[in-house]
Amino acid sequence: MPGKLKAKIVAGRHLPVMDRASDLTDAFVEVKFGNTTFKTDVCPKSLNPQWNSEWFKFEVDDEDLQDEPLQVTVLDHDTYSANDAIGKVYIDIDPLLCNEAASVISGWFPIYDTIHGIRGEINVLVKVELFNDLNRFRQSSCGVKFFCTTSIPRCYRAAMVHGFVEELVVNEDPEYQWIDRIRTPRASNEARQRLISLMSGELQRKIGLKVLEMGGNAVVGYLQCFDLEGESGLVVRAIGTACTLDKLSSGSAPNTATHTHPNTAPASNACNSPSKDGKEPVFGEDLLSSSGPPTPFRALPTSSSSPPPLSPSKPCSRQSSSSDTDLSLTPKTGMGSGGSAGKEAGPLKTLLRQQTQTALEQRGASSSGLLLNAREFPFFTLTSFPPGFLVHVGGVVSARSVKLLDRIHNPALGNTRSYKLLDWNSVTADEPETRDAWWEEIRQEIKSHAKALGCHAVVGYSESTSICEEVCILSASGTAAILNPRYMREGCLDIGIVDHRFEDPSPPSCGFCHIPYDELNMPFPTQLTYCYHCRRQKVPDVLFTTIDLPPEAAVTGKGCLIQARLCRLKKKAQGEVNATAISNLLPFMEYELHTQLMNKLKLRSMNALFGLRIQISIGENMLLGLASATGVYLTALPAPGGIQIAGKTPGDLSNEHHILTIQKRINDTIAKNKEIYQINPPKLFALDPEVFCGTNMELTEEVVGSPIPEPRQRSRLFRSHSESSDEVSELDLSHGKKDAFVLEIDDTDAVEDIHSLLTDATIPTGFNSCNTEIMPGIYNWTSAVQMFTSVRVFRLSNANLTNQGLNKIFTDLCENLLKSFYFKLRSMIPCCLCHLNFTVAVPEEELIQVAVTAVAMTYDKDQTQEKPAEKPITKGCIETEEQLQFPMELCADSSSTNTQLSSKISGVQETTNVSSRVSSLERSSPVPDGRSRSLRSTRGFGGSSVTVVKMTPLSFLPGTRIIKYLGIINMFFIRETTSLREEGGVSGFLHSFIAEVFAMVRAHVAALGGNAVVSYSMKECVFMENPNKNQAQCLINVSGDAVICVRETDQEPVPSNIGQTCTSETDGAT
Amino acid sequence: MAMELDVFVGNTTIMDEEVYQLWLDGYTVSDAVKVRMEGGVMEECEASADVLLSDTMDQYRTFQMCERLLYSPAKLANQLLFQIPPHRQAILIERYYAFDDAFVREVLGKKLSKGTKKDLDDISAKTNVTLKSCRRQFDNFKRVFKVVEELKGPLVENIRQHFLLSDKLARDYAAIVFFANNRFETGKRKLQYLTFQDFAFCAGQLINNWTVGAVGEQIPTDHQRSFRFYMDVDLDKEFLQELKELKILITDKDLLDQHKSLVCTALRGKTKAFNEMEANFKNLSRGLVNIAAKLTNTKDVRDFFIDLVEKFIEPCRSDRWTAADMKLYLTHYTNSAHILDTFKHQVVWDRYMGVIKSCIFKMFHD
Repeated sequence: MPGKLKAKIVAGRHLPVMDRASDLTDAFVEVKFGNTTFKTDVCPKSLNPQWNSEWFKFEVDDEDLQDEPLQVTVLDHDTYSANDAIGKVYIDIDPLLCNEAASVISGWFPIYDTIHGIRGEINVLVKVELFNDLNRFRQSSCGVKFFCTTSIPRCYRAAMVHGFVEELVVNEDPEYQWIDRIRTPRASNEARQRLISLMSGELQRKIGLKVLEMGGNAVVGYLQCFDLEGESGLVVRAIGTACTLDKLSSGSAPNTATHTHPNTAPASNACNSPSKDGKEPVFGEDLLSSSGPPTPFRALPTSSSSPPPLSPSKPCSRQSSSSDTDLSLTPKTGMGSGGSAGKEAGPLKTLLRQQTQTALEQRGASSSGLLLNAREFPFFTLTSFPPGFLVHVGGVVSARSVKLLDRIHNPALGNTRSYKLLDWNSVTADEPETRDAWWEEIRQEIKSHAKALGCHAVVGYSESTSICEEVCILSASGTAAILNPRYMREGCLDIGIVDHRFEDPSPPSCGFCHIPYDELNMPFPTQLTYCYHCRRQKVPDVLFTTIDLPPEAAVTGKGCLIQARLCRLKKKAQGEVNATAISNLLPFMEYELHTQLMNKLKLRSMNALFGLRIQISIGENMLLGLASATGVYLTALPAPGGIQIAGKTPGDLSNEHHILTIQKRINDTIAKNKEIYQINPPKLFALDPEVFCGTNMELTEEVVGSPIPEPRQRSRLFRSHSESSDEVSELDLSHGKKDAFVLEIDDTDAVEDIHSLLTDATIPTGFNSCNTEIMPGIYNWTSAVQMFTSVRVFRLSNANLTNQGLNKIFTDLCENLLKSFYFKLRSMIPCCLCHLNFTVAVPEEELIQVAVTAVAMTYDKDQTQEKPAEKPITKGCIETEEQLQFPMELCADSSSTNTQLSSKISGVQETTNVSSRVSSLERSSPVPDGRSRSLRSTRGFGGSSVTVVKMTPLSFLPGTRIIKYLGIINMFFIRETTSLREEGGVSGFLHSFIAEVFAMVRAHVAALGGNAVVSYSMKECVFMENPNKNQAQCLINVSGDAVICVRETDQEPVPSNIGQTCTSETDGAT
Repeated sequence: MAMELDVFVGNTTIMDEEVYQLWLDGYTVSDAVKVRMEGGVMEECEASADVLLSDTMDQYRTFQMCERLLYSPAKLANQLLFQIPPHRQAILIERYYAFDDAFVREVLGKKLSKGTKKDLDDISAKTNVTLKSCRRQFDNFKRVFKVVEELKGPLVENIRQHFLLSDKLARDYAAIVFFANNRFETGKRKLQYLTFQDFAFCAGQLINNWTVGAVGEQIPTDHQRSFRFYMDVDLDKEFLQELKELKILITDKDLLDQHKSLVCTALRGKTKAFNEMEANFKNLSRGLVNIAAKLTNTKDVRDFFIDLVEKFIEPCRSDRWTAADMKLYLTHYTNSAHILDTFKHQVVWDRYMGVIKSCIFKMFHD
């Protein structure tokens, strides 16, 4: 009996009127955990009941504690008929199971009903007493910390990175069970919500077990997804990166600590010296394939089913060279790719799974086995790394595979079986294997792609699916990379030999750009030049990656969001025919998306993409492709050539003229973009070649003197030296002219393409956009943040659309969304839209849905040019920070209707002044130091005690420092309506649902004692409507990390009450 | 591009002041878009009409969702659905409860009932305030009235606390509630020249001086009063009763003459209108004292303002008094009564004339 869960129901407020006669409600509460239920007394005739119940105690296994949510149901007592449910609150108690996270959950939770939405609030207190569990056969993994953040969480240091963890669980979808025909929509929705909550809990627990087996204590970059496969079931899967994290002592906690240098890592690292890796004899087969110098070309044509999508004459990048489609209608026994390693590893892994499931006694054996597992997939879901971690980056690797869902229908999940909620434990052992095999196949492919690029690891790794009817596309992508083994548990990576590359002291600002592959055996055609930064190693002309821009990277100018959008029509079909059609289309789509990205990159005069995410969604009659990335000019890479237009029919004079005009427009656009993004790189070198040569020589000599450089490498270095010293002039812009990118106009399609290339709207002045964590070129953030979610659905009215027409519509849809954001957020200028995350879907035959979540952050305009040396925040911005906690509104005040305001309501000013004075008085009273509990103050002004909770998709909040991670937030909601018109149509319905989801996330974070959510994301937004029946349904899944953050300049937690507006006090401190 | 669905939701609720005002003013979405376009917002951010339409729709939806919270503004502060910073909440509330003077002038003193609500379309046509806006304003009046009607304590303070309004707006609402409760007649043609602010000022005077709450614990003239509620929605009945005693000023011939001579002595040589004042003294005095004496009748309370205009302001105006004349006359008229040795009702007289004086000053437009 390892845990005691205690819950107390305090009070309710704003309850709905349940009794029309009295206009009141007789409310009581049921508290349920597992199979135990407690009830409070009925609080008669009140909309603001005070129950103040006793502590309800549940004695449970910690396994259950991890899996189950606490379920609080508020009901209206009815003497004569059945009690009516008002709504429910599900409380995930996982954060209480880890002693470093929250210690108590206490606060107001919105009471949620899947039909009516939020109906009042309830105040609940939850505590957990965990007993020490010495049982080594345990199934629980309490204490393992989970983070959605895809970097080492601030206020922790990575002692060790263990590697990839994955798990999936499968169950029947309650919505598709026979019982669904007779139960109410509410019951069905609740069953689904509860089931998914249980499945997520179980998934997390299982992943936690794996992490413990590996010797880790945390999962970073935890990515959990749902596949709603309809008839064939519900899959919840997750991937993450297992780590051992050390908490930084709070005294030394300033922000700089997050960049703890690896050299100061603890002793545990020392015993992992790279030399030891060489002796690792255990895993022979992998060693075989990677022990020699990387000769990856032989692994390139990985799949026989699809031709390499590139023709050599065309522009290319790593991304598309490794893209690949694979249709496997019959489950393959041997993996389609990856060669012997995959075949061997498959069964081994299955064996391992069984071992963990039966709680293998021999810890040593199983952990070594899991080690192999990690070694099998040296993947990392992280997108940014401690300095020195990332050695080289090869490029994007991705793999897609089209699957038919009905083929794997599991007999154990037959339709006739009645629905028992907890029964799914018994079927998981069998069913997930099919899905596991699918993913394993894909991962093998990714791994072999990475090898082809001479890389031993994949970073920025993610997986996704798109499902339409019974066809499913599985996608995985990441960035092939070489990592520094110092951080790795030994044997985690396939580093067979002491690789020269780790000895190589390439400067951190360009080292990662240097090619990891052998230039004599390039995996794909590309132009290599010597690094423009250090001039010692080769770099490609363009670099695509899925990771964030390394903070130490040398960048010229600013970055910007670059999107490629594509629609392809497809005939409606069923089953295999459909799947074949889709898999035939995929390579062409990937190719076109890639070409678009490349063109747009050149048009902006940039040479690298970060955070690349390519999404392909299937609909019944079309495929949508959307690639988003942040374009950057990396100083280390050559300047991109321009774009040259060539006509196919040279004789035609009017055509010539046409081409000339287009060419001129393109050149103008490039020039304009250079100005906008402040890209003027050649000056760096041209300025003082002498100096450059000098340093270069020094460096080179140093390298020569370093131990054991490979012969070939040495010669390369020398070459680099000579080249740089005698023809520095080659580095100027003229380089660009040589390999100008040629676009041929041979038909109308091409004209259209070029046209659409040029019609991308420019960003209004004062705005920047990116889809990564860090916006290159902006370093001085001020503290105003506005996170938002926007969803648009477009109905295609025209029955016979062409591909071109569709493209236009889709492009306009995305562009208009961006324009809308700029307009709405105009009062935040200068501001950057960060982490713009677009998700596309084809919910019905003629609908295109685009959902975006992003954050707008303001910055200080004056200092955008240079990286500030130490503290970017001046006193000035702190002042604004305090007053402008919601600066947008303030700005709107002053800008739009100032006169009206002051004339009409002159009294407002007075009242706000009064309140701020009061709160600052309160604040200045002595407060105990170093506590987090006091954050949850219940007092407030004007009866208000709502905690302000900031949300951001980024891993940080500008101007603040995270002092504590309180646990992961992972919530799934369903909302349904049968009175769509009355709720304001589809937009009104979804608008209030999204607002409700935000409110529930904020309430849970506040109850944990937090004041912010970082790494927030909306992973699922499935919207279905039936206007004829006046019905709609929507499912939303969100996740993030609940944190406590304090102002960077402040030792105390940020005041969290909405009534508080802090003034002078902290100003004085700075 | 016509969207099937188009929403934008911020973690901090985004609200544009201008659009809020358009919404409050009852503009339809398309009208609001037109107004905004003319206002030049588009140039600000290279926006298109589509963008503007989408933004306006979003904002209108947000306001509609907020509206039910605004019915009881205290809820806005501790609801969880919208994260709205406090100063923004204050603006939302203040604007929502703001009203058009033209509109309020039409319903001032009327019963806030369904019957009046039915006439709103006429009022809308007459005042050029959209029907939607009229309804909101009318419902606001009614809501405030319902909440404070039964509450103890000072009216303005009650309104401010329950609706979190600014002092100025709370006072205006107090006036509206007070007028509605006492059903003062304000619609007659002779009263048309008066603005809402004139009436609001007078209401403030009446509330502060003639209600039970006005006296409060400060002037506990006798023991009976102490158990009466501390309310200032209704006029102080006892006081109204006492006002009857003032009749002696006009019924007692000696007293009237004495009063007249005292006033005339004081005024002589100080104003051009002296002759008219002297000639009209008895008429004017009778007018004012008769108003006082009749206030025990509810019907006459309703006609209070019309009586003031007919019995006092109009005669004076026809004699071409200036505001200064008026001030001078009323001051001496009030003060002289104190010197009358047979006149015993000084306290009541001061309480009565204090209000009458300031009301007449306000209502006498040059």
